[in-house]
Amino acid sequence: MAEKNFKITAETGIHARPATQLVNKAGQYESEVTLEHNGKSVNLKSIMGVMSLGVGQGAEVTIKAEGPDADEALAGLEGVMKEGLAE
Amino acid sequence: MSKTLTGIGASSGIAIAKAFLLETPDLSVEKTTVDDVSYELEKFDQALEKAKGELEKIKEKTLNDLGEEHAEIFSAHLLVLSDPEFVDAIRGKVNNENVNAGFAVKEVSDMFVSMFENMDNEYMKERAADIRDVSKRVLAHVLGKKLVSLAEIDEEVVVIADDLTPSDTAQLNGEFVKGFATDIGGRTSHSAIMARSMEIPAVVGTKEITSSADFDTMVIVDGIDGTVIVDPTDDEVAEYKKKQGDFAEKKKEWAKLVNDPTESKDGHHVELAANIGTPNDLEGVINNGAEGIGLYRTEFLYMGRDELPTEEEQYEAYKKVVEDMDGKPVVIRTLDIGGDKELPYLDLPKEMNPFLGFRAIRLCLEKDDMFRTQLRALLRASAFGNLKIMFPMIATLDEFRQAKAILLEEKEKLVSEGTDVSDGIEIGIMVEIPSTAVMADTFAKEVDFFSIGTNDLIQYTMAADRMNEQVSYLYQPYNPAILRLVKMVIDAAHKEGKWAGMCGEMAGDEVAIPLLLGLGLDEFSMSATSVLPARSQISKMTKKEAEEVAEKALAMETAEDVKSFVEKTFFK
Repeated sequence: MAEKNFKITAETGIHARPATQLVNKAGQYESEVTLEHNGKSVNLKSIMGVMSLGVGQGAEVTIKAEGPDADEALAGLEGVMKEGLAE
Repeated sequence: MSKTLTGIGASSGIAIAKAFLLETPDLSVEKTTVDDVSYELEKFDQALEKAKGELEKIKEKTLNDLGEEHAEIFSAHLLVLSDPEFVDAIRGKVNNENVNAGFAVKEVSDMFVSMFENMDNEYMKERAADIRDVSKRVLAHVLGKKLVSLAEIDEEVVVIADDLTPSDTAQLNGEFVKGFATDIGGRTSHSAIMARSMEIPAVVGTKEITSSADFDTMVIVDGIDGTVIVDPTDDEVAEYKKKQGDFAEKKKEWAKLVNDPTESKDGHHVELAANIGTPNDLEGVINNGAEGIGLYRTEFLYMGRDELPTEEEQYEAYKKVVEDMDGKPVVIRTLDIGGDKELPYLDLPKEMNPFLGFRAIRLCLEKDDMFRTQLRALLRASAFGNLKIMFPMIATLDEFRQAKAILLEEKEKLVSEGTDVSDGIEIGIMVEIPSTAVMADTFAKEVDFFSIGTNDLIQYTMAADRMNEQVSYLYQPYNPAILRLVKMVIDAAHKEGKWAGMCGEMAGDEVAIPLLLGLGLDEFSMSATSVLPARSQISKMTKKEAEEVAEKALAMETAEDVKSFVEKTFFK
């Protein structure tokens, strides 16, 4: 299993466009990918799951990947996060 | 049997085509127990694929017609359809509870919809509507019903609907949609304004067109007289074909005036300008020979998206408009949001009386950062043409002074950073609140111009919500009360050597035009398509006779008296 923590820097948090990009990316991997925030964990391949977390600016989140391509998945998602969404 | 309905002519011209009914089919489902679970699952999978295919098509079309920004919403819709939580929950329900697929779709989508609706955030609440939308599409396919979509129209039709929302009108394809008719709405409703800017004939407020016309019934839409004929006789079709031809002739006559100045018979010049919402409207403005832009509604830059537009985006839009207008005046109104125009991402509280609430300049003065961003974009664009800035919903002199002070501060900053800013930017206000009309003499000493926003001025003066059909009889542009207010504003401007314009629907109205010319209005800003007819009308009367008519009208008792007097004098 691979995991990494991020701090959300985008003003709007994980809304709409960033959420769409993350979910699209996650869908490219076989591994199970989750997004955790505030003790809640959702399937990162589910747009409604991600949006329901209501992640705002300044929030700390964890992405976990488990499966055959876990490392690639985490690297890919980190790429999306670092594009102005989180650090 | 033909049937004639009367409504309000929202956009002139005649359309004769088959009806295309935009309505939601009955999608109610009952819970049933099924034996063949795999058949239900199969039905669901197929519905899902069909819905995805349609959304891909709509997304593609929106991308081509309106750009990436508008197409994004459909990407989000598509993601919902491939959301494992959503899809698996539905499949699970069918599998474990032996229920019909339709019921499972409804249950699961209702669950997600209420989850989003209950979130403490306007933006998330809006997403509930997306889920509802997408689920409706899937459910319709499960039930074997056809969900109509404007984007799929590929033959000549007249669109029939209860009302058209902004997202509906965004999908209208001018090539195939020859006209439309709605049950509700007035001349100033969103759909009416869109029809005029797209130059397609429209009649709104017919009350019963959706219950009178069926798919593929022939329909005639007469946007000139505001009538709709359902299932016309051959004679009626012939008669309206002729009327259509005559109107086309008239349009040709008007087209000859496209490069002429606007002058009365006795040589008095006024400026005929156009109202626009986006740079895309410029083509219509130029084709219709407008002498300027009297109202650029900047709120469209802020609508239909998830976050505020950046300074750069705004700058590009404003710059394009002033450059394309090539030195002709362009009056840009700062953000007029609130009231009936909402921006979900601003997360503003719901109000009991939004038209009297926290909107336009009131909101901008509070949300200082947002206002300054817009002003900087405007100031930077001013270097490329004849840009004027106008503040909406000014009720007190103090509001104007505050707004102007912020503008000058930003100008100062830009200049000290070495950015080019025009030195001659005129700063004016909308006059749409009665207090401002009454105090126009005081305002005139400080503003560079007035533009009378009649849609709101009438609703505030008559205390009649223009969205409320039951009080629509009070929307009276020719009421002497309104005419007197207009006169006060024009006189006050002239006394201080300033100019007065009008950017409401009234400015392009053929009964109002002689009155306004007579009252001395300097600039008339209207839908681009009204410019040439107005120019033709003004060229046929003298300023002097218009003045006489206006003076008599001011002393009349009722709006009806004024209207019939003007009609008798000019239309015979």
